[in-house]
Amino acid sequence: MSTGDKAAILPAAPEAGEADQAAGPRRPPRWAITVGSLIVALAIWEIFGSQINPIFGSYPTAIAEAFWNLTVSGKLGAALLQSLQPFLAGYLLAIAIGVPLGLVIGRFWVAEAALGLYVTAGYAMPLVALVPLLMLWLGLGFKVKAAVVLLMSIFPITINTWLGVTAVPKSLVEVGKAFVAPDVTILRRIILPATLPYIMAGIRLAVGRAVVAMVIAEFFTTISGLGAIIINSANNFDTATMFVPIIVLMVLAIGLNWLIGAIEHRVAPWQAEIAGRDNP
Amino acid sequence: MGDVSLIDVSKRFTLQIDGQVHRVQALDRVSFSVRDGEIVVLIGPSGCGKTTALRIAMGLDRASAGRVTVDGREVKACGYDRGMVFQHAELLPWLTALENVMFGLEMKGVRGPELRATAQQYLDLVGLKESASRRPHQLSGGMKQRVGIARALAIDPKVLLMDEPFGALDAQTRETMQAELLDIHARTKKTILFVTHDLDEAVLLADRIVVMRTGRIEEIFDVPLPRPRGDLGVIRGLPAFAETRYRIWRALHGERAEMVH
Repeated sequence: MSTGDKAAILPAAPEAGEADQAAGPRRPPRWAITVGSLIVALAIWEIFGSQINPIFGSYPTAIAEAFWNLTVSGKLGAALLQSLQPFLAGYLLAIAIGVPLGLVIGRFWVAEAALGLYVTAGYAMPLVALVPLLMLWLGLGFKVKAAVVLLMSIFPITINTWLGVTAVPKSLVEVGKAFVAPDVTILRRIILPATLPYIMAGIRLAVGRAVVAMVIAEFFTTISGLGAIIINSANNFDTATMFVPIIVLMVLAIGLNWLIGAIEHRVAPWQAEIAGRDNP
Repeated sequence: MGDVSLIDVSKRFTLQIDGQVHRVQALDRVSFSVRDGEIVVLIGPSGCGKTTALRIAMGLDRASAGRVTVDGREVKACGYDRGMVFQHAELLPWLTALENVMFGLEMKGVRGPELRATAQQYLDLVGLKESASRRPHQLSGGMKQRVGIARALAIDPKVLLMDEPFGALDAQTRETMQAELLDIHARTKKTILFVTHDLDEAVLLADRIVVMRTGRIEEIFDVPLPRPRGDLGVIRGLPAFAETRYRIWRALHGERAEMVH
């Protein structure tokens, strides 16, 4: 059988080297721009921060010193470990429940009519106001903290998954139908992979909310973990120490985001290849 | 065996345009049959109902009235006796070419070493032996549609239903695909119901051509060209090709053959 397709003799995608050449003058690497941005921001903070009263603000070198002291004394490590447990429990549970829930709501109109309302409302729920009630139900310990993280992070995951399902081309679902696939198989083999980019976006959005939820929980229930360091140092007017857990949490969120991106690249490599930015 | 019959098939639906409800009669008592091993082409302008008729035959849409039978058994839903080739191939983008062909087989319940072997065999049949591990975005339009054809053929249906499968391809690729489809047909002897709006394609492929307009069958033509058709360039040069093409052109433009002298 002859192969007359023109594209068959073309390379499927331009080589990386060719793309660089096509971009014209050599560009600085991506990480260099990020690091440069960070240096400038830290320098500005250092210059202006060091001129104000250390109660009202702090600056990078003072925070670094506080970071060192907290690390050497072992307090930071212990607090981080204490915080991470309910954080991970709540966050992973939010993924485990939120994704299937979003798939079902997006796929079946009965589920959407019955449950969509609660998900939309739940996303806007002022959770802080409900923490005292949750404490009555679940106590002051691990359970209530995990629950607060779960409740804060599940809704962006569910909503994104739900929207993703409604964006799956009808024609792909029909492929499943044409081969007599049962509904569950269509959900698992077609809807789920087609929705993966949306799911990953929801999981990323939820990282930020989960971090905030964790700190809220540590403030309002048993004061513990990183939240305890923030409260205690704020009460002692030790502003530099107070910034340490805040920065640790932000770095944690960046790290998780990166990790999720790497996972996405592994489980959905086709997505990056199809959608790829022309300016990666 | 692979006889397909549409018997008095009608399809009505309502459309809302600017708040007004429009009743659309997509198909009005359409009857025709495709005999075992035959290629029947449905042709007509956009909106004439040809794709709707094909989708009803597949079981993707339900008829408002009438019925479809395959070998005498009424079609209620999709089934493995019919294989669908979609207009834009509709490969699953996260699967390789081979896995896309395997998908249909897995749905049919094929397991074990037979699964991969059968899928590979059908990829070979459509000339994609070397491209089994490519993902759809690494395939050209023609190659994608070959995978689509392999996926439909792999479940060994009695009938192949093809919805303008070459409509989005460039002219040269389209000609190659037409020749290859005839080659596959000669080897597999499948019954094929093929939808197109391309007159040349219809005459080159079909044993019979069903001309449709506004949901009705206008006329059904026999194509008096020999099989195997071999070089399609030669076929295009035959007087019978030109004559058939002209008769169908007239029917498409609403002029009955008997009105012309």
